[in-house]
Amino acid sequence: MEVDKAKIDAIIQKYNGDKSYILAMFQDIQRLYRYLPKEAIKSVCATLDIPFSKGYEVATFYKSLSLKPRGKHTVHVCLGTACHLRGGPNIVDTFQRELGVNIGNTTEDGNFTLETVNCLGACALAPLVRVDNKDFGKTTPGGVKRIIGEFIDGE
Amino acid sequence: MNMSLEELGRIAFEYKSKIDGFKKVVLICTGTGCISSGAMKVFSALQNAIDAEGLIEKVLIKKTGCHGLCERGPIVVFGNNEILYQTVGKRNIDDDVRLLVSTIKDDVIAENLLYKGDDKTKRYVSTHDIPFYAGQTRLVLALNGIIDPEIIEDYIAHGGYRALIKAFSMERDEIIEWIEKSGLRGKGGGGFPTGVKWRSCKNAEGSIKYVLANGDEGDPGAFMDRSLMEGNPHAVLEGMIIGAYAIGSNQGYIYVRDEYPLAVERLQKAIEQARSYGFLGKDIIRSGFDFDIQIFRGGGAFVCGESTALMTSIEGKAGEPRAKYTHTVEKGLWERPTNLNNVETWATVPEIIDKGWEWFSSIGTEQSKGTKVFSLVGKVNNTGLVEVPMGITLKEIIFGLGGGIQGGKKFKAVQTGGPSGGCIPEEYIEMPVDFDSLTKLGSMMGSGGMIVMDERSCMVDVARYFLKFLVEESCGKCTPCREGVRRMYDIVDRICNGNGVSGDIEHLEELGRAISLGSLCGLGQSAPNPVLSTIKFFKDEYRMHIDEKKCPAGVCKALIKLRINPDRCTGCMRCSAECPVKCISGEKKQAHTIDQEKCIKCGTCYDVCRFDAVTIE
Repeated sequence: MEVDKAKIDAIIQKYNGDKSYILAMFQDIQRLYRYLPKEAIKSVCATLDIPFSKGYEVATFYKSLSLKPRGKHTVHVCLGTACHLRGGPNIVDTFQRELGVNIGNTTEDGNFTLETVNCLGACALAPLVRVDNKDFGKTTPGGVKRIIGEFIDGE
Repeated sequence: MNMSLEELGRIAFEYKSKIDGFKKVVLICTGTGCISSGAMKVFSALQNAIDAEGLIEKVLIKKTGCHGLCERGPIVVFGNNEILYQTVGKRNIDDDVRLLVSTIKDDVIAENLLYKGDDKTKRYVSTHDIPFYAGQTRLVLALNGIIDPEIIEDYIAHGGYRALIKAFSMERDEIIEWIEKSGLRGKGGGGFPTGVKWRSCKNAEGSIKYVLANGDEGDPGAFMDRSLMEGNPHAVLEGMIIGAYAIGSNQGYIYVRDEYPLAVERLQKAIEQARSYGFLGKDIIRSGFDFDIQIFRGGGAFVCGESTALMTSIEGKAGEPRAKYTHTVEKGLWERPTNLNNVETWATVPEIIDKGWEWFSSIGTEQSKGTKVFSLVGKVNNTGLVEVPMGITLKEIIFGLGGGIQGGKKFKAVQTGGPSGGCIPEEYIEMPVDFDSLTKLGSMMGSGGMIVMDERSCMVDVARYFLKFLVEESCGKCTPCREGVRRMYDIVDRICNGNGVSGDIEHLEELGRAISLGSLCGLGQSAPNPVLSTIKFFKDEYRMHIDEKKCPAGVCKALIKLRINPDRCTGCMRCSAECPVKCISGEKKQAHTIDQEKCIKCGTCYDVCRFDAVTIE
């Protein structure tokens, strides 16, 4: 994949080219492309003058970074303890069935990527689902379709 | 700016005068919980309604941080907590906004929006009367839900930054002495005496030192730190500035989870505002002391909540822990003396300096002083954030503030300490909650997650849940944790699937001991706790899974069958409507049946049935 070198350099500059902010740079790049392209890692490593292996180590260590392209919308089903107890696993199953993808994968039309997360910190509203930046509390298997629909209709 | 107490008083006075110009103040909770329940919609709808009434000059609608009673959000509060409305806008937003307007205009109390007691008959008007709030002692959360976290003057008007000015007039050693005498212990889980840590860091050799705030709240089921950072970010900053001054550090970092975008946003705003008033940056309040804070966003790795891993992460590397042969107060971030405290600990500091260590140490127990914020979640009626004095019993928290178990079910256990903690059974429900009592029970205080479980929670499944979590989150650096926890998971998973064999329990215990002894960091050392504590208190449940291939709680799918009792089924159709795989059939008002071939055993029908007609075998 082609990456926009100028944009990536601007992100690096935002952190004054400080190597210790490599994670923040990757996060910003991910916001740009919805995932972290390998070419972007290479580009950052070259500019910061660090081996690619170091950049790759950071990129694969942190869970919030994705090296696989993501769909238009990312569904995060929370599986924190409270969500687990209040039926989170059933919500994941329902999303898998409704979207026809397994955890970590993207639907064929490129609309949704399904992921789980270990706690979003809104435990009082368990089970919680976050689609992009929108949170849905106290979800039920029956309500999953409606959540998906909201993001299909919105296009 | 030459900031003195008088100057601070002037800022507070000016802001208060501005507020006094309003006839009414309405507070809308905009914590993450309430936002996801629709608080922002309520805010703009009310703003429009007030504008249409021509009252915009007279009524102040303020966005506040988390109010605590997240379950009942969106929360709207009038004046000085005189009226609390809950679930505003949940049924019909236009109706509810009309009710809000009539409360504003004519002081009419909307009965519909009031909090109802457990028996659903008593209605509470004022926040102070609701048992959930009445039983709390709010020190750290005192201003959460009262101030607008995005307006520094609001914080100042409520006494903010007063402690900072006081601290800068004190000797550095005196500040540390106060923190030591107060008995404050780290609230992130370890419970290490804060003052002792500060003193070691101050005395450590080196001219460059760092102070860090740990806001990497990775424990699933805990969200106290999030609400604090979102609801009162200046308290965290003020505590850090005081600590940095006492220790002699010029650079601070706040490590915040990437999953908490609102916390990052509000902290960033707070830092900029604090800089503009000269509380941060060069020559703070003309004392000659320089200190600044930067935010570091985490990357979704649980292990980064561990002190050394957090520091490695800030250095721009993969966040693996390091061996602590030398303490981090001597060699931490970039090998320099570093003082790391949890955000709740930092937010407590201004209170201690402001009100004095004697006051603080009068709260709590002999060994655990002050208060602790817990996130009370799971199968309890009132889920949300509670701040209680140390030493209060589990029962008081769960049944007093929490209002007991949802749906009148039976209490089974409470899990504290996240993946490092354990499950405490009913027989210990009268135990006081403090650092040492919980550790004695094989659990720990942890950062403050308190997850309540009822008879429908399977303890073997809970153990499996935490093991799966830890398998995913183990950084892989040392073998006992990386391989051992995986083996434990395999065994417990096998037990849940009905393939447990005799000897499994003993094997788990042996593995657990070895992992505790052989792991480098706190994550690995405490990883077996969720299993060991459930084996200790719920061995019979493990035995039933292994010997009889039965899951008494009805959770482990391989071991259960769901059936509908035709004598009890009224044919209300609720279960068939909710069933995600549509495997329940039957005519209206006729007994329904479950197609066992298609059933995925999710238990939805059991949970939604109001007639106890669904049984688990």
